[in-house]
Amino acid sequence: MGKIVLKSVRKSFGEVDVIPSIDLSIEDGEFVVFVGPSGCGKSTLLRLIAGLEDVTSGHISIDGVDATDLPPAKRKLAMVFQSYALYPHMTVRKNIMFPLKMAGMEIGAATKRADDAAKVLNLTSYMERKPGQLSGGQRQRVAIGRAIVREPEAFLFDEPLSNLDAALRVNMRQEITELHQQLKTTMIYVTHDQVEAMTMADKIVVLNAGRIEQVGSPMTLYESPANTFVAGFIGSPKMNLITGAEAAKLGATTIGVRPEHLDIVQVGGWAGVVGLSEHLGSDTFLKVQTDEVGIINVRADGEVKLNHGDRIFLQPQAGKVHRFGPDGKAMA
Amino acid sequence: MARRDTNTRKAIITFFAWMIGLLIFFPILWIVLMSFHTEGDAIKTPFEMLTSPWTFESYGVVQTQNSYGRFFFNSVVISVGSTVIALIIGIPAAWSMAFVPGRKTKDLLMWMLSTKMMPAVGVLLPLYLGFKMTGLYDTRTGLVAIMTMINLPIVVWMLYTYFKEIPGEILEAARMDGATLWSEVIYVLTPMALPGIASTLLLNVILTWNEAFWTLQLTTTNAATLTQFIASFSAREGLFYAQLSAASTMAIAPILIMGWFSQKQLVRGLTFGAVK
Repeated sequence: MGKIVLKSVRKSFGEVDVIPSIDLSIEDGEFVVFVGPSGCGKSTLLRLIAGLEDVTSGHISIDGVDATDLPPAKRKLAMVFQSYALYPHMTVRKNIMFPLKMAGMEIGAATKRADDAAKVLNLTSYMERKPGQLSGGQRQRVAIGRAIVREPEAFLFDEPLSNLDAALRVNMRQEITELHQQLKTTMIYVTHDQVEAMTMADKIVVLNAGRIEQVGSPMTLYESPANTFVAGFIGSPKMNLITGAEAAKLGATTIGVRPEHLDIVQVGGWAGVVGLSEHLGSDTFLKVQTDEVGIINVRADGEVKLNHGDRIFLQPQAGKVHRFGPDGKAMA
Repeated sequence: MARRDTNTRKAIITFFAWMIGLLIFFPILWIVLMSFHTEGDAIKTPFEMLTSPWTFESYGVVQTQNSYGRFFFNSVVISVGSTVIALIIGIPAAWSMAFVPGRKTKDLLMWMLSTKMMPAVGVLLPLYLGFKMTGLYDTRTGLVAIMTMINLPIVVWMLYTYFKEIPGEILEAARMDGATLWSEVIYVLTPMALPGIASTLLLNVILTWNEAFWTLQLTTTNAATLTQFIASFSAREGLFYAQLSAASTMAIAPILIMGWFSQKQLVRGLTFGAVK
């Protein structure tokens, strides 16, 4: 089945080491998300697995077979691209049937399989249209349809939702998650959006400058980030990272407190003045200029009647303060 | 400030635009007009010529003196043949340059284009002698070969430009879908680049059809094209204006008609990428 193992995989473009060396194991049926800032090498890593780029050194095995030198077509993987990459001159049906045609499948069986995929993805009434006549969300569904008909060992998604509007993105996110629950096939999903990573993944791989910063379940990453990079990257709004005297008091170089782990108290803790306040009804986001630790972001549940210029006191919740050493790594 | 287009202004501009257009088109128009008159009327003053009776006489003379069909056939074989061969070589070449460029691809493209900057007459002698020695002189095979080589740089350049417009991700998608290199070229690249390929084909057929230097130098009778057909009326016993005009009209008519019907395709092909 779709177990994918990367051993000391390195990729360089000329002099530049995009990926210095990566070891990673992806279990069969897992939904793995590669997340990181742009330029961190996550898309390159996906393309190495796909076979669209050659590794400089190291090995990739898919389903126990060494796939390092196999062309993309032989790896039994399907990919959904950011730009959807549909064939503009073919109808939706022909787009979906294309991989089956390439595999030499008999036309009757191929048509049936394409129709089944279309049913799953609500595309049945669009089968005779060309991609140009479809909306962004529908195009994305066609791209997914084209991927699922092949019954691949694993699906690769390269930022598939970044071209969609916010509302559609949430829908498609749920659809992809449901699809994974139905098919139980390995999925590797690349995104720079940590919300997508948190909501979809079984396992998140946080990448930075071609290196893996941490691998773990969304909650592991949220609750015990391995270093300041992961701490700052996972979670929205971002974790407050504080250095200086307040950190030293706890024996750390940096301490981190998530905005939602700060209580607004009558007295004590860190005193500050509210700068910016965003009232969403369900949450209130405050940007507070404190005397002790600089600017701190706070997230409070529900509506909090605080506005620009109000003086407040902030108290980090017990056991929710993360400590990091001089190398940026989490301290026990 | 918005531009104000008054009706008089529009009328003046339209008038001058038409005048310029007419001026440029005038030689062709005059040739066509002369071809429908007798040899005697054709050399009279323009007014006298236009008022003299119209006749197909010159066309008849041209046809009996020199069989149009044979020249036409050679023109078709040489222009279409060389273009098709150039496309067969040019499509894979442009594919590799557009999608898997090497470090020297740009230099290679520039070098190919630079061959077009060389004056043709500069290589006339070696080619003429070479053709004579190999028996290719005055053969359709020889002409197809030379025209293929002459057009290849333009064909590769045009196709390269069109292929560059095709997003690489679509070809990668085809690769992921299990397409081999050939299936990728046949099922995905070629259909997507069809407008570009069609306009390359049309433009090259037109260029080859109108090519006069090599067809005049390297043919006499067997492989002679319509350019030889026209030239044959200016050489013998002085100039016969009406006959020459009739021959010219017959030579340019097929390509003009083809160009007229395919102008939409040509414009679309030439602006491919500029207008999405």
